[in-house]
Amino acid sequence: MGNSELVGWDYIDEHPGNDARGYSLDDYLFPEFETQLVNTVLTNGARYYVDHAHPEVSTPECRNALEVVLFDRAGEEIVRRSMQVANEGLPSDSEIVLYKNNSDGKGNSYGCHENYLISRQTPFTQIAQQITTHFVSRQIFCGAGKVGAEHRGLTGKNSNPNLFQISQRADFFEEEIGLETTLKRPIVNTRDEPHCDPAKYRRLHVIAGDANMSEVATYLKVGTTSIVLSMIEDDAFPAHLVIKDPVRAVRQVSHDTTLNAVIEMVDGRHLTAAQIQTEIIEAATNYAIRFGLDSVDEQIGNDVLQRWRNVVANLQTDPLTVANIVDWVAKKRIIEGFAQRHGLQTTDPRLKAIDLQYHDMRIEKCLALRAGLDVLCLPQDVMWSMVHPPSSTRAYFRGTVLQRWPSDVVAANWDSVVFDIPNQGLKRIPMPEPLRGTRELVGDLLKISQNPVDLIAKLGDGF
Amino acid sequence: MAEQIKKSASSRKATESASRSDATANKDTKNITADLDSLLNEIDEVLESNAEEFVKSYVQKGGQ
Repeated sequence: MGNSELVGWDYIDEHPGNDARGYSLDDYLFPEFETQLVNTVLTNGARYYVDHAHPEVSTPECRNALEVVLFDRAGEEIVRRSMQVANEGLPSDSEIVLYKNNSDGKGNSYGCHENYLISRQTPFTQIAQQITTHFVSRQIFCGAGKVGAEHRGLTGKNSNPNLFQISQRADFFEEEIGLETTLKRPIVNTRDEPHCDPAKYRRLHVIAGDANMSEVATYLKVGTTSIVLSMIEDDAFPAHLVIKDPVRAVRQVSHDTTLNAVIEMVDGRHLTAAQIQTEIIEAATNYAIRFGLDSVDEQIGNDVLQRWRNVVANLQTDPLTVANIVDWVAKKRIIEGFAQRHGLQTTDPRLKAIDLQYHDMRIEKCLALRAGLDVLCLPQDVMWSMVHPPSSTRAYFRGTVLQRWPSDVVAANWDSVVFDIPNQGLKRIPMPEPLRGTRELVGDLLKISQNPVDLIAKLGDGF
Repeated sequence: MAEQIKKSASSRKATESASRSDATANKDTKNITADLDSLLNEIDEVLESNAEEFVKSYVQKGGQ
């Protein structure tokens, strides 16, 4: 946004067909149709592109959950600004409107993906089984809410179109684990494309979550999942907490706003999602005492843990007490209040319109902005983060070189930046370590470098 | 086990934003004060006028 020169995305290290279970579909998949004209990297380290038929923003790599919220908000503002600029060029009777949601209510879904850096040493089967328990049950505080159902339902009959459900996305999961992201979607996606040193790391590519309008919901979604993944890495997740039929359970949880639905566990117990969450929180509390939460940022980790405890306890007492945090509760409150005020049937299209408009990116139309949701980020920090990278990851290097030498960078992707050096040709700087390239490590170097040639000479073998 | 603990400790890094989170930590425990009536008044004003047509024409093909 800060300069007019767009730097293209470099596809050389992209392998979305690699499967964490140990094989690759790259040889069998059709190439993904993406136009490179609309695929770019921003000075805040983010990637901004067209995915199938809609704009998509990937935040830069962040060190903790609060940074993710900040850069997710920055992404919203970038998209909002794009929408405004695009509309200025359209005839007055046309308008492009963007929505930050996950379903059109007609059986079409599009994801809000999370990505987590995890150790390659942890067996993938263990990660998949244990994180599934969290994905199924975390919906109760990070579901974005939806009017209607887009699945035949638990009984096989056409499901109730009047249903208000907790999650936007739950209707679309058909498998426990798999590589697909657009058909027969799995709860745990096995795409094995770490975008960093593959001998040391995995990137868990999560497709099971909703796009949240509530900043605190995003914070809890990412923060609790980071803690749970840390527990799994340290073999501290309760081994007995395994759901018998996760695909069924995802919908059971989503379709029950009373939070009373019981899920069958492999050990024979029947637990509600809140009870499962309570057991995970208890284990996380013990984990924090025993191991500390440095892996997710100690201060943020402890704050997440406290809020996690509160939101799950409050949901069990009275969901309305978290209408300022939890999207589905905020949305349900508006829909029920509106229906009551106007004496509407549950099938009235105005209620579905409220559902959709909750996610409208136009400030003058967005209902989430009017719902009384708590915020975490200061507006000036969001504005700053639209053009400046986080300081705590390699995104700092990527964003800063783009800002300083936009015409010398010919391409960039997650794990490298390519410079065009006069008389020397293209020079690729690899970035295999996501937690290097930070301000602390390369800030001074970038400051004293006169130009890319100078920078490359000073970098030596990289960082 | 000791090695795993060391792994965590080596990635220790407090960030500037961490202190801000602390300052706002008590915010979401406040009572829900947003008045539903005034909220609904506002929604009456901004809700798409032809809801049926809007909902019907809202189609998004494709996506992960």
